[in-house]
Order: sequence, then structure tokens, then C-alpha cells
Amino acid sequence: MSPDFRFQAGQDPAPAGGTRLTPGPHPVMSRWARYRVAFMTILKKEILRFSRIWIQTLLPSVITTALYFVIFGRLIGERIGPMGGFAYLDFIVPGLVLMSVITNAYSNVVSSFYSSKFSHFIEELLVAPVPNWVILAGYVAGGVVRGLAVGLAVTLVALIFTDLQIHSILTSLVIFTLTAILFALGGFINAVYANSFDDISIIPTFVLTPLTYLGGVFYSIDLLPEFWRWLSQANPVLYMVNAFRYGFLGVSDIDLGLALAIILGFIVALTFYSLRLLDRGVGIKT
Amino acid sequence: MPALSVRQLRKTYRNGFEALKGVDLSVEEGDFFALLGPNGAGKSTLIGILASLVTKTSGEVTVFGHDLDREPEAVKACLGLVPQEFNFNIFLPVIEVVLNQAGYYGIPRPEALERAEFYLRKLELWDRRQTEMRQLSGGLKRRLMIARGLIHSPRLLILDEPTAGVDIEIRRGMWDFLRELNDQGTTIILTTHYLEEAENLCRHIAIINRGRVAEREGMTTLLGRLEAETFVLNLKHPQSKAPDLGDFPCLLLDDLSLEVEISRGQSVNGLFAALSRRGIEVASLRNKQNRLERLFLDTLERRGEETA
Repeated sequence: MSPDFRFQAGQDPAPAGGTRLTPGPHPVMSRWARYRVAFMTILKKEILRFSRIWIQTLLPSVITTALYFVIFGRLIGERIGPMGGFAYLDFIVPGLVLMSVITNAYSNVVSSFYSSKFSHFIEELLVAPVPNWVILAGYVAGGVVRGLAVGLAVTLVALIFTDLQIHSILTSLVIFTLTAILFALGGFINAVYANSFDDISIIPTFVLTPLTYLGGVFYSIDLLPEFWRWLSQANPVLYMVNAFRYGFLGVSDIDLGLALAIILGFIVALTFYSLRLLDRGVGIKT
Repeated sequence: MPALSVRQLRKTYRNGFEALKGVDLSVEEGDFFALLGPNGAGKSTLIGILASLVTKTSGEVTVFGHDLDREPEAVKACLGLVPQEFNFNIFLPVIEVVLNQAGYYGIPRPEALERAEFYLRKLELWDRRQTEMRQLSGGLKRRLMIARGLIHSPRLLILDEPTAGVDIEIRRGMWDFLRELNDQGTTIILTTHYLEEAENLCRHIAIINRGRVAEREGMTTLLGRLEAETFVLNLKHPQSKAPDLGDFPCLLLDDLSLEVEISRGQSVNGLFAALSRRGIEVASLRNKQNRLERLFLDTLERRGEETA
């Protein structure tokens, strides 16, 4: 890390009889104060970005999930009967909420970071004295906020269809946030490697959606034959959905500690990988 | 301490293209420095490395004594960039582009607002502060990029073709602004294809060709090296053939236009004396070619022959 330094304005004070062309030097700021301002700037920019186009960013997930509630929860769910000891609608609510968190955290970062690469305004950040970890933290935080905003909206919609019970608020919030962080990181890595707008939809379509659908959102893995149950355990989304369901219903197909360890392990690995990509300038520097 | 010192800077791209082949360059504090060269000479690669947008293959870069490898943040804080290509979010309003840039430099919002107002007023963009970038004309976008590059009061400002595609009135206004900025202490490095611009603004010049510095001189010294200058004279009365002007070779372009070459050692007074002897009256005169343009082409030609 570079040492603290003063910003130095080269043209202060005003020349005698002339007007200054700069408003004066910066106050001396500590490195951490500068980093905080830079982080908040990225975060605010990200929040403003998805808020301005809320019809494209916030609304679709809410509508889609409401349709899931109507079709799978009410119409089909009533014929399915209880799952894991709970009404089918109650059983799928945590998974559907988490699915919207995953999709939105991921797509916010992938589309925002890729757009900044595509239109070259990522250069505004690269020329500034912002360390890579602040850039990463800013974009990930933006994805997390969108994921949480949509997750909250979907939860409120769920209240229309069922009386939600929450077994452990703390567990729900922790899993909610960690999952958003994990998939925001995934979106970031996708954006770094993407060379076209097609590239930012390939992973969500062919990897993320199947993993989410097969991650126990709509069923308990206890229903699956031995082989498929064993195979499902290789799906990281299964751990998140079950841990989150534990927060709501107090039941889970897997051990909560193991789920937390897996999520944290992925977060650590993806964070280091993202920072390595940024340090090497992959996709953003020539 | 020089504002910029570059030693043995090399850049080879992944496709094997060697854009910089050991560039050595020094720019003194307070200078107004022109970096010239034909397209593909390596100017933008050099600027990209200085601005941390391109990774160098080898070599050393220091800005006001800060080493780019060891103190990248200090280098970035000293340096402001006005890039050649528009690189902003076209959906953002003008004010947000500038405020975001200030934020990336760690300038707290209240101060960033003051600075944004200061520069946007100075560059006549304040009334357009809520206009989305995509709705601005090319000239206004160029001016906004200058405001954005200055928001943190850099000690060294690098402008990569700042007046490309800008009309003459705005260009002159930008020249005045940059001159004033330089007079007040900011070191400026400018690349341009308008050699008149470099001649008017800059005190030192480097010509880059094929990844190497082909020439690095003071502007006056460099222009003093011109072997000859060609002038086009507009005559008051038509001539039927080129007059005999003694040591001044001339060519009649049409009956009212005469092209005359003045070599180093000769003077314009001498030419006018010769014209008076022939009873030729001159209405006006102009350089056939910009002086720097001629030197620039001579340098490229010479270096081309040397490397051939």
C-alpha cells in the first residue's frame, strides 16, 4: 500500500491581480477517509443506477415471483400437499426469496461493471487513486443492496399469499446477505471476462438458473433417489436455500454450520480471485 | 524535480506488437509540453501507461518523484487525464459525472460540489449541469472532460487531442483556458494533430515515431532549425510570369499568387527589397505550410530513412 500523501494543487494561491483557475488545494485527508468517500461514491452511483431504471431492475423479479406464488403455491401447491412438514407455499417462500436475491445481486454487478467496461467509463475509476479492493467492494455492495431490495419486496409480496413465520431472524439475515455477496462476486467475475453483452447472459441462463432450480427451491432433496440426492449436495445453492429455509421454518435438509462454512469459503475464494483479476487488469487494461 | 520522468519505457502488446521501444522522456515542472507523432506512433500507449490504463512491459515512470510501481496512488493523485475518446456514462447528467470523479479521488461531497460548480462555470457548462451527457454536443463533451480531469487540481494535466472535432471558436477558448492554467503552475502535456495548436501553446516538444522519441527540443530551438520557409504572396497587380527575385526562388501559382522560399540566413526584409526593385506590390502573405508541420514531416522522413 502506498503511504498517506497530500493532494497538492499546483496553482494556489491566486496570482496577484489574476483569477485562480482552481478553487484551492484539497484538505489533507487520511487514506482511509479517501477510501470511504470513494466507496460511498461507487455505492451511491450503483444504487442510483438501478433505482432510475427500477422497471427493468426491481419490478420483474417481484412479478415473476408473485406468479410462482400463485401457480406453484396456490394452484398446484394445494394439490401437492405438505412438504417437509409445511404447507407447500410456506415451503417454497424462502427459496423463491433467495432465488430473487441471487438473480438480482448477480445481474446488477455483471451488467453494471460490463457496461462500464464497454463504454470505457471504468477508466474514470482506474485513473483515480482508488485501490482495487475498494472498487470491488463498491460494486459488490451495489449488487447486495439491489439483491436485498428485491428480496425484501418479494418477501412482502409473499405476505399477501401466506402468513410468514420466521424461526430465526439472525440466521435469515446472515444467509440473505452472504448469498447476495457471493453472487455479486460471481457477477463481477463474469463481467471481467465478458467481451460482449451475450457473455453476460450465458452464465445466468446456463449455470445460475439450473443450479437455483435444482437447489431445493421447490422440493426437499429427501424426495430424491439416493444418487440424485448425493449429486445435489455438490450444488452450492442447495446449502444457501436450506440455510435460509432454516431461518424461516426451522427445518433444513443439511447442517447449518456446513452451509455457512461453504458460503463463506466461496466468498473468500471469489474475493481473492476477483482481486487477482483486477490486479492483473484482466479485461480492463491492455 | 521533473514533473514527469520516463526511462526506457517499453510496451509489447499480447499480439506481439511493440508499441514503445525504450522511450526516455523528461518534462519539467510548469512546462507546456507537446507530444507529437503520427497515428500509431505510440503516443496513446505512453499516455495510457502514465494514467494507469495500460500496463507497461518494462521501464520506469516517476511523476513528481513518485514511482508508478511503488506509489501508484500518489502518482494518480498528481495526474489528471483528458482522454482522446469520450469515456463517460452517457445516461448521467453532467454534474454527476464530475461529482463521481471527485468522489473517486476521495473529495468529500460538499467540497466536490464547490469544485464542480467552479469548473463547470469556468468551462461554461454550469447551465447544462442537469443535461444528460448523450444530449451534449461534441465541443461541450470535450469541455466536460477537461472539467472532470481538473476536479482534483492535478499538478500534471495530460490532454490527449483535446480539441479534436471542436470548432475554431471553442478551440480558441480552450487554448486561452489552458494557457491560463499553465501560467498558474499546472504542468501540461498535450498531444494534438493540429500542429498550429502545439506551436501556439507549447514550450517544449517531443516527436514520437515508431515507438521511439525521434526529437525532443525547445519549441524555439526546433523552429530555428528550419532550413527554409515557403510563403504564398497575394499580389496587388497580376503578373504574367514569375519575376526574377535573385536569391529567392519563386513560382507563379496564378497571375495574383506568388510562392517564394526564404532560406535560413535570408530575411523577409530582403525579399521585400527584391520585390520593390521589381515594382511588385504585395497585398498579403501567409505561410504555405505550418512551420512545425514542416519540421514534423522532416523529422519523420529523416528517421524513416535512418531505420530503412
